[in-house]
Amino acid sequence: MRLWVEGVGLAGPGLCGWQASRPVLGGSANYAHAPTVLTASDLLPAAERRRTGVPVKLALAVGCEAFANAAREPATTATVFTSSGGDSENVHQICETLASTEREVSPTRFHNSVHNAAAGYWSIATGSHEPSTSLCAYDWSFAAGLLEAAVQIAADRKPVALIAYDQHYPPPLHAVRPIDSNFGVALLLVPQPTAHTFAALEVTFTPASAKPTAMAVPALEAVRATVPAGRSLPLLAALARGVEQVVILEYGAASHLRVSVAPC
Amino acid sequence: MNSLGAGRSAIAGAIRNARTGLAPCRFETVALDTFIGEIAGLDAIRVPAHLSAYDCRNNRLAQRGLECDGFAAAVETAAEKYGCARIGVFMATSTSGILQTELAYRRRDPETGALPDDFNYAGTQNSFSLGDFVQRYLRLEGPAFVVSSACSSSAKVFGNAARMIAAGVCDAAVVGGVDTLCLTTLYGFNSLGLVSRLPCRPYDVERDGISIGEGAGFALIEKRSAQAAAGAIELLGVGDSGDAYHMSTPHPEGMGAGLAMQRALESAALQACDIDYINLHGTGTRTNDASEDRAVFDLFGSETPCSSTKGSTGHLLGAAGITEAIISMLAIEHDLMPGGRPTQNIDPTLRSGYLLENRSARVNRVLSNSFGFGGSNCSLVLGRAL
Repeated sequence: MRLWVEGVGLAGPGLCGWQASRPVLGGSANYAHAPTVLTASDLLPAAERRRTGVPVKLALAVGCEAFANAAREPATTATVFTSSGGDSENVHQICETLASTEREVSPTRFHNSVHNAAAGYWSIATGSHEPSTSLCAYDWSFAAGLLEAAVQIAADRKPVALIAYDQHYPPPLHAVRPIDSNFGVALLLVPQPTAHTFAALEVTFTPASAKPTAMAVPALEAVRATVPAGRSLPLLAALARGVEQVVILEYGAASHLRVSVAPC
Repeated sequence: MNSLGAGRSAIAGAIRNARTGLAPCRFETVALDTFIGEIAGLDAIRVPAHLSAYDCRNNRLAQRGLECDGFAAAVETAAEKYGCARIGVFMATSTSGILQTELAYRRRDPETGALPDDFNYAGTQNSFSLGDFVQRYLRLEGPAFVVSSACSSSAKVFGNAARMIAAGVCDAAVVGGVDTLCLTTLYGFNSLGLVSRLPCRPYDVERDGISIGEGAGFALIEKRSAQAAAGAIELLGVGDSGDAYHMSTPHPEGMGAGLAMQRALESAALQACDIDYINLHGTGTRTNDASEDRAVFDLFGSETPCSSTKGSTGHLLGAAGITEAIISMLAIEHDLMPGGRPTQNIDPTLRSGYLLENRSARVNRVLSNSFGFGGSNCSLVLGRAL
């Protein structure tokens, strides 16, 4: 399946926006690990903004950056959201409440607990009535989202925004799901070249295990290996370098996505 | 599989006899005055030893569902035909095995706060647990993921399967949804004031909320072939939309619901008058039914028979879409439109053609609605292969 990249949004540890991160990911600047900077989106009214957790902030920030880079209108674009665990802090709070004698779950916490909370807030913020889905494939959630976006483009021939995000885990869940960083990435993908496209991707689902493409910088490789949305890093590095490259994204134990990147 | 019974003929029989699966809530330690659609005997189910990491109420129900109606055997036959790497697995759930986490939080180490050693996050709580379990149980190797868009989840997976097949990534797909009772949803919906103290009464003038249930449903979707088996049901159209309105309240004029139905009809290349019966989302809340009715009336007027089966099954959340798609297929198979019980007095402000009693009539094409939190809407059009 062939598609084109029109815009990128990025928020990760030491990676503050796609434009600022390009030299680091492309290898021409050094990487310095720092906590992920979260910017609250002014797309949502203040009352709604206060009610949202980290995943919604990540999704809105990277989504807006990708659309701005592509100069495309979010209200008329379909979206694929993907995340391993959604709002881990919110899940923790709800489980603590339910283990107490009162069991009084906050209604806002409850409606924010759905896996598609980010998609819901995105739709409200952008006024988009377009199709949207919210996926999970554990550590392979980014690969699953990219496959679904590519399939939508192949089947429907319309632009799709892929928005992947994961939140760090608080204790005690951190012991069973050791995700240390907040990470969000958005790729605005289109079915044909436009004035803003800068790379073509050929995405193939391959039912065989393969060694995933790793990051050369050890600190970035650690992010890739431990944050599910961070598994996008080798693809982002190939886009930043602007050279032809084949990127292997692991997809479960027995399959992978082969992504052939070509600058255009 | 749901509180009405196990397998297609049990569920068709329950609908024919206007039986309900709802009963007063006795689940776990839940102290809420409400009716639920609980499935008896799930605690006794054992998952295969090699899948013990996935053992939880949700995956036990998944396994029970996969063994209904010879479904797992049918998938095996499809795998022989197409190859196990050519069959995708697209599952849906809203809460997966969160009950396991809720129980583990009661057993935290009093000193350190640590969760008990026997708690397996990836195999139970994570949303992908269901997809991973089903793929391994069926020994399939195609692409797999879980859609979790609240109560529209297991309608949406039909679209995933259709696109994967259209794009040539798969030749067939197993779609499905499984959601099981847990404290998060029971206490959560209660906190929003959306839970009825009686069995829910969709479209009733006195409706006052939902009844929560649990269930599993699966469908095997294959490429359309010239020699489609007699009696086969076709997926004719899928329509998705977003409300862009509120996280937990539907658009008052049914804007997103109408768009989803319209898109489903467009993708099926059909007109509203081609639909014989509509299985409504019909949750029994004041706002859902008013909003959905407005959208249905605007598109279909008051002639097309429609009903909600949630008064019989309860609201199966992430399994609602697939369950109601299967009930729609049963309507086609048996030429039987289910009455939307236990509703007695239809709200006079609602104008669609709500059916109170079962109606026997030819059913060739059905539209099934599923709407969820976050304003996530999905409508399916299913039809008899003609």
